[in-house]
Amino acid sequence: MTVAKPLPQANGWSIMRAALARRPFLLLGLAFVIVLAASLFVGRYPEPGWMSPATLAQDEVARRLVLNLRLPRVLSACLLGVTLAAAGSVMQMIFRNPLVEPGFLGVSQGAAFGAALSIIALDASPLIMEGLATVFACLGLGLSYLLARRARYGGWILRLVLSGIAVSALFSAGVGVLKYLADPLTQLPDIVFWMLGGMWGVTWADLLYLLPTVILSLVIVYLMRWRLNLLSLDDDIGFSLGAAPGRERTLVLVAAVAATAAVVSVAGIVGWIGLLIPHVARRFTGADAQRALPASMLLGGIFGLVCDDLARTLLPGEIPLGILASLFGALLFIGMMLSRNIRVER
Amino acid sequence: MREAGSENLGNRGTGAILAVSGLTFSYDGPGHAVLRDLSLEVPTGAVTAILGPNGSGKTTLLRLLLGVLHPAAGQIRLAGRPLASYSRRERSQLLGLVPQDEHIPFDFSVLEYVLLGRAPYLGPLQMPGEADRQAALVALHTVGLEALQGRALPSLSGGERQLATVARALAQQPHVLLLDEPTAHLDLSNQGRLLTILRHLATQGTTLVLTTHDPNLAAAVAGFAVLMRSGQVLVAGPTETTLTAEKLSATYDAPVRVFQVDGRRLILLS
Repeated sequence: MTVAKPLPQANGWSIMRAALARRPFLLLGLAFVIVLAASLFVGRYPEPGWMSPATLAQDEVARRLVLNLRLPRVLSACLLGVTLAAAGSVMQMIFRNPLVEPGFLGVSQGAAFGAALSIIALDASPLIMEGLATVFACLGLGLSYLLARRARYGGWILRLVLSGIAVSALFSAGVGVLKYLADPLTQLPDIVFWMLGGMWGVTWADLLYLLPTVILSLVIVYLMRWRLNLLSLDDDIGFSLGAAPGRERTLVLVAAVAATAAVVSVAGIVGWIGLLIPHVARRFTGADAQRALPASMLLGGIFGLVCDDLARTLLPGEIPLGILASLFGALLFIGMMLSRNIRVER
Repeated sequence: MREAGSENLGNRGTGAILAVSGLTFSYDGPGHAVLRDLSLEVPTGAVTAILGPNGSGKTTLLRLLLGVLHPAAGQIRLAGRPLASYSRRERSQLLGLVPQDEHIPFDFSVLEYVLLGRAPYLGPLQMPGEADRQAALVALHTVGLEALQGRALPSLSGGERQLATVARALAQQPHVLLLDEPTAHLDLSNQGRLLTILRHLATQGTTLVLTTHDPNLAAAVAGFAVLMRSGQVLVAGPTETTLTAEKLSATYDAPVRVFQVDGRRLILLS
């Protein structure tokens, strides 16, 4: 009658976790390269699923499809994941709050407003839409910043968070108005689809549009990664250790937000990656951002690629990336909440 | 622990490494001064305790000495030079801080956290190297936390966390260590542990400035005491002449008696 229980240590998941904890970068780097390469062969041509390398060698259409459509899209999805995860790590460190994500401070809602405005008022081409989304994302940040500067309440971080909430609410009200005014047959679906997030129709032009900002920002953030630890301490302590907490936080914040604004303007609103991936990364590497930030970037890239692969492969029609990211993000989050070895503090 | 360059910081034991003159400070403009025309000398290589009732301006004075607050009037000199004339880097190599409470939102390991004390010796884009690791381990050894270097900070007891904070400040190899209420959250045995470490540091030549509202702590560890009240220094000088019943009663506005027990000073409310 008795059933032998499997040893808890013996399952594949726990073995993988142990290996990840020992050599996170080797495994994450390997996984990143494999997923990136595999993503080029996943899709719905010639039939749903996997395209064999032989097809690529023989079929001219396949080659053009991979080079002109899939490659820029795959690279963009990868950059999206890397950027959101990096920006999330940075913001969680400098706001000293593990629940912060890159879209707050008015960035996401500002970008949404800019995109909706360009759809309704300008009937815009993708590049103009991206430009306007970027402009309004930065405007959202700028407004949050100015409001926080002028507010007479609480500490700097609390004021920034409150200002971000207020500015986001303003822009989302604006998006509401634009949706109300939109032509329900032509414009409204565009707005809704954009706000669900996705990489369809991403071309080399889109990739080149976001590349300079994203690369520059990521390099700054990456080089300052150990310093992020210092910026997560109390201001007086950071000061006593020779940092200029205010100035240095502003620098990495601007870098993180600029990169976020660039990817959001192309991909629409994709949640959860920036909030969740840094947490998962910290579990593998510990809290030290010298290791946690690169791990977070690699994991974010993998997550972005996998979500986008599924988004364009699962159904004949495209599934918005934002929906999949939220779905998997929430599942991962629930898994983390239920896992036994979670460390609780405060 | 000491690096080259300490020789030119005045004669140990004789000069004042920190000299404050005519210091005035307020958080909300003149009329609400927290410190008024305060003058003070902190002797080099000794333990100086700043005592006073709650709200007397002890922590504010400490933050001014650190340089994070700027006085409305008056001057602070560190090793003979105006504090404001130091670069961030120079200043952070000389002055360390152990705060009363520290909120650390992420669970760094003890060693990762102590390594942050090496920041004054690293450029903004630099990562700590092997020499920094060694300095951090020396600091951990000094406070006796070597064995816990791999543990996550939140998993430490309150006393161990406070010692980790001290180790982080020691990894900085400061000439002057500022401590704000260092024993506030510690039980008796951890207080004893910390006091032993502080005495040891003082014998090694580090100047210690600590605030406390506990005169017994001051009597136990400090050679010099500064009694503050309402943003001004009432008395300052060697502990023996400063921590008297009369002067303490005036400072705390409460009847205080001082006993001698086994050659040590015991201060009680009467």
